[in-house]
Formats: sequence, structure tokens, C-alpha cells
Amino acid sequence: MEKRVTFSRSTIGILFAVPQLILIFTFFYWPAGQAVYWSLTLQQPWGGGNIWVGLDNFRSILANADYWNSISASLVFAGISTGLAMFIALVLAALTDRQLAGSRFYRVVLIWPYGIAAPAVALAFRFILAPEAGFMAVVNQVWPGFWDPGLDGTDAMASIIIAFSWKYVGYNFIFFLAAFQAIPRSLIEAGAMDGSGVIRRFWDIQFPLITPTIFFLLVINITESFQDSFGIVNIMTSGGPANATNLMVYKIYSDGFQGLDYSGAAAQSIILMLLIIVLTIFQFRFIERRVHYR
Amino acid sequence: MSMIKNGLAAIAAGTISVAMALPAAAEPTKFDFWFGLSGDLARVVDTMCKNFNESQKDYEVVCTSQGNYDATLQNTIAAFRAGKQPAIVQVYDVGTATMMLSGAYKPADKLMEENGYKIDYADYFPGIARYYATSKGEMLSFPFNSSTALMYWNKDAFAKIGKTEAPKTWEDVGADLQAMKDAGYECPMAINISANESWQLMEQFSAIHNQPIATKNNGYDGLDARLEVNKTKFVQYVTDLKKWYDAGLIKIKSKDLGQDMVQAFASGTCQVIMTSVGDHGTVGKTQKEGMNWDVAELPAYAGTERKNSLVGGASLWVLSGKSDAEYKGAAAFLNFIHDPKTALFWSTNTGYIPVTKSGFDYMKGQGFYDKAPYKGRETAIASLTASEPTEITRGIRLGNFTQIRAEFGTQMQAIFANKVSVQEGLDTLVKNGDAILDRFQQTYPGKTLP
Repeated sequence: MEKRVTFSRSTIGILFAVPQLILIFTFFYWPAGQAVYWSLTLQQPWGGGNIWVGLDNFRSILANADYWNSISASLVFAGISTGLAMFIALVLAALTDRQLAGSRFYRVVLIWPYGIAAPAVALAFRFILAPEAGFMAVVNQVWPGFWDPGLDGTDAMASIIIAFSWKYVGYNFIFFLAAFQAIPRSLIEAGAMDGSGVIRRFWDIQFPLITPTIFFLLVINITESFQDSFGIVNIMTSGGPANATNLMVYKIYSDGFQGLDYSGAAAQSIILMLLIIVLTIFQFRFIERRVHYR
Repeated sequence: MSMIKNGLAAIAAGTISVAMALPAAAEPTKFDFWFGLSGDLARVVDTMCKNFNESQKDYEVVCTSQGNYDATLQNTIAAFRAGKQPAIVQVYDVGTATMMLSGAYKPADKLMEENGYKIDYADYFPGIARYYATSKGEMLSFPFNSSTALMYWNKDAFAKIGKTEAPKTWEDVGADLQAMKDAGYECPMAINISANESWQLMEQFSAIHNQPIATKNNGYDGLDARLEVNKTKFVQYVTDLKKWYDAGLIKIKSKDLGQDMVQAFASGTCQVIMTSVGDHGTVGKTQKEGMNWDVAELPAYAGTERKNSLVGGASLWVLSGKSDAEYKGAAAFLNFIHDPKTALFWSTNTGYIPVTKSGFDYMKGQGFYDKAPYKGRETAIASLTASEPTEITRGIRLGNFTQIRAEFGTQMQAIFANKVSVQEGLDTLVKNGDAILDRFQQTYPGKTLP
């Protein structure tokens, strides 16, 4: 006789999913719903009276030139930092994948940056890129006024892009390296025997095989550059000078927490969420077509 | 063996009886005090709390630093919404209007009266008291750490250009900075143009020159006040600062750039700065060996009838919804802080000024201002009491002022980076600032400031 405790399939499924569902509901859907409600009201910071204003918060934000500036700064930041972080990581991974002496050492060193918290990265780069100390001070002495992130918006944007990319190079590197290592050696060897060079082999054999990884990292990097840039902006530029680095996520923080404008900040987070959703859908619809899954 | 056992039992019994006796000997009432100072200043507050706890047996204050003023207000609001607010909280000057409309406080004067403390509110320096009082003069919060801005000047550099005194007018400042530049000084004067510097550049300047920052007497007379710094003497001031910056007489110094104003002055790099009297101690402790420096009141344009400068710093608010026992403790604590001896301890260790006349007199009587490291700090009192406060020098009562200060920083950066002209920048500051005020007014429909 066979002993067997039987549950219907769906009961088991639900049972296992419940803890996860509770967590997701408590920490995502409930606050998100709250944010939607707040964005449609004017919240008095200390509580007490909340006024229903419908879509007024969205209207006033979208009519604000500073907000559009914040959107475009976010897009510039996301585009350049994602491109930079992925390109450098790809090159480094391609190089360390080959049988170089000491490649194990390089791997460890290159993975490190991702383990460092964003604020620590920002503090380090704030010091490294300070115009009056360190390397940039020397550059400024040779070429006065060359580097001035305190007043020059472009320089400030460059500093946060450098700090953010530096951190994500490490993250991307791990994935790229794993993708390269997963490619069967025989394929590359066959290419080599057919007489193709390193670059030819990269483009025709390795690159197509790692496109799923590239696509995955692209989605993650873009999303993170919208959301995880906060710590770096907060410490390095505080959104300045003259709003040049006032990325959407930082503006939400400064309006909501420093300015105590909870409703305006809630409306902005909803817009940011929608923007990320749209970007992700766009990537899946148009870029994923070029991806070759094995 | 049994003797040891018995001995242990006796000791245990003794311990238990002592432990049981303790609660009977009146457990002190605990209450929370949240504050926004950190580092050195937080340690001084902690010592003050310890002194209070040791001074009596009935109450115990639990003092917790929240890191900075912004975080203190944010955390307090979150705690209040969750019903876990502290009894006393330190709120910075510009949070006053927000606090007044919060409906979340117990008026300080009422608290003291209910608990039998007689405080002579006329004893507070009027410029300090009126910042935190209602238009009828009721004190809603207790002035705590107060300061004002001063000009710090390097006597050695001024000696090089044949001057033995700090410039009194802005016209003189321009000439002196030029002379110093000609004498080979790389950085005659340092300023910072961040949001926080709104305090000394815009607010102190406007008060001293009796120029409004906003209509309705800087907001005291209604939530419908709107900014007007784009058409006051402030325009001239920013124009001059920009002109001097372009001529290399002024350098911008901030922590982000590697060295802040105070460090630049203390190290002898820059010869003049304007900053809080609260930095007096820091300059003294970190100055370059043998450097001669002093402080003076902020300059004014020639022909100005000088008024009192504004108070900066923070005050203590007692929040609503606590028990009577906690309020008793809070009142005792505020009374302790009000004591001139506490004022002396506080000012000696921080650089902040005493907030009451009796505190100031007590410190003068103790010879405080004659001693080397503290000499000059009385200038702050002179600046704060230069005149009886006018309708617009008693303070600023604008909602969401933190956001307006942020806007100030943004526009100053745009002006100094040559993105916009001075007038355009200040016009934008007014336009965006008005939108912020508008929003604040909408959030509190039908409400008026007390």
C-alpha cells in the first residue's frame, strides 16, 4: 500500500505562494496604492486634513519646467551611464575570459566595485573628482577652469555618471563573464581552425550567444539608473548646480521629504513608475526581437 | 559548603529586597527629546541632558540626535502620524510656519504656566522671541540654539592694505577686496551659494537693510504672502557679488568642491567670509598658527539705517498627545534650559549665543566675553539687537521655506554660472517660490497663522 498525502495542485500552489504574496502585498501593492491615493490629494504633512484634488498634482507637475528638466536629465544620465557601464564591462569580460595569466585575480578585482554601497562610491568619487584636491586640481592648474562641477552642470553630470558606471561595471562584468564562460570552447576553437581572428570570432560567435545577457543587463541597468542613482546624487551633487543633476528620483526625495510635499512627490513617483514600465515594455517589444535564446 | 550556600542565599535575598525597594523610591518619569545637531554639538546636548537628569530625581529625559534638522522634522512627522512622537523636538527656524499650522504642538507658554513655572518672556532678546511667537506675542516654542551671521576678517591681510578695521559698508568691501587682490591675495573673500546660504545672503542681508523678503510682512500677516526679492536692494547685492566674483575678488568655496568657507578662512586661504557665530569656536580651534582674525557685524550699503539681523538656529517644540506626567518633565527640562547657568555652559561649548538678556548678563558678569577664545562673540548680540525689530526684521513666516531656500540655491548657481542674468535668476526665484507658497496655502485652506 502506498502512503500518500494528497492535496489538489492548486491548494499546494497557493499555500506555497501565500508568504510571498503577503510580502509583496505589504511592501509593494499597499504602499503603491497609498501613493496613488496621495497623488490625488493634498496631504497635510502632520496629518489631519487631506483635500481631494483629483489630477491637479499631475497637472501642476507637468506644467513645471523644472520637472521636464529633471526628466531629460534622468534620460541623459540613464543613456550614458548604462552605455558606459555595459560597454566597459563587456570589453573587460571578453578580455578576462581569454586565457590570460592572472585572469582569476582580475576577475575578483573587477567584481569588487558592485559590493560597495552607493554612498561609499559617491564619497570616494566626490573626493577623487573634487576640483581643488587630488588629480583634478592638477588638471585645473594646467588648464584653469577646466573642471568645475560646483557651477558647471555638464561637469556635475559627468561626475555622477562616472561614479554610477564605475559601480555597475562590476555588476555587469559578473554576468558577462558567466555568459562568456558558458559558450562551448569547441565553437570558438572551430572558428579559430577556420582561420577567423579574435574580433571576427567575437562578433560572429560570442556576441550572438550572449545577447540574452546583454538584453537582461540593459533592462536592469536602465531601471537601476532611474532608481539606484539616488545615493550618488544625494552625496555628490544634491541635484545641483542649478538643477543640472536633479534626477527624477532625487527630486521625489527633495520635494517629498525635505519640502514635505507628500502629494507632489507621490504624483512624481507614479510618473516615474509609469516611465519605467513603458521603457521596459519598449525594450521587450523592440529589442528582444534581436535576441537569440539558445 | 552549606555556609557558602547560606551566604549566597543571604546575598541574593539582600539583592532582591534592594531591587524590590527601588521602584518604591519613585521611578523617574521618562520623556523623549529629539534634536537635529550632530557630532561635537550633539555631545554637548547629551552632556546637558545628563546634567538635567542628575540635577533632580523625578524626571529622566532621553535625548536622541536625529542627525540633522531636516531628518528631525521628517522623523517627528512620521512618529506623530504613528502616535509615537517625542515630548520635545528641536525644529529649525524656517520650520516655524509649518509647525504653527500643524496643530501638533502644545504652546510652550501654556505648558509652563500649567506646570507652575513663571518665565519672563520679555527677558528673551526681542529679535529671537518674535521669530517664535505668534502675532499676539504668545511663545509657542522655546528658543534654544540661536545664532546670527557675522563677517570674519583676517587682520593680517587687512594690515597689508593699510586697514585696521573691518569694512562697514558694501562699498568699502568692494574697494578692500580689490586692494587685497592687488596685494597678491588669491582669494580675498569666499562665499557659498548653496540653499543653506540663503540664510546669510538673502535673509540676513534683507533684515539688516529692512528690506522685505515677501509681502504681508514676510508672511506674518497671512498665507497669501508672495516673494519680492526680485525688486528690493537684494538685487543690487547679488549684482555686486557677481561682479566681484567675475573680477576674481570672490571665490566659491563649499564642501563639495573640497574646502568649505570656514576651512578656507581658518587656513588663511581666503581673507573674508560671512558665516554663523556658531562657527566661531571652529575657526578658533582650526586656525592657522599665529593668524590674527576677528569678527564684525555684516556690512550694509552706505546710507542704510541699520536694523537688527535675524536669528538663526532652532527652537524647542512640545508636541501634543503626551501624558500630564511627561508634560511635567518637559516643563522642568525647559525651565532647566532657561537657566542662565545652562546658557553659559551651552554657549561656552558651542558658540551659540545666550537667548535671554539675563543669560547674556550672567555670562558678561562671569567675564566670558573677555576671555581669548570667546572674545568677539558679543558682536552677534550687538547685531541681533541693533534695533527694535521692525515688521519685517522680526522674522520670516513662510510655508515650505526649505523648498524656497532650495530654489534660492538653484537660481544663484544659474546666475553665477552665467546661465541667466541676475534679474532673470531672481525673477525665476520669485516665480517658483510663489508657486511653492501657493501650494502651501492650498494645503491649509481657510487656515491662518496664529
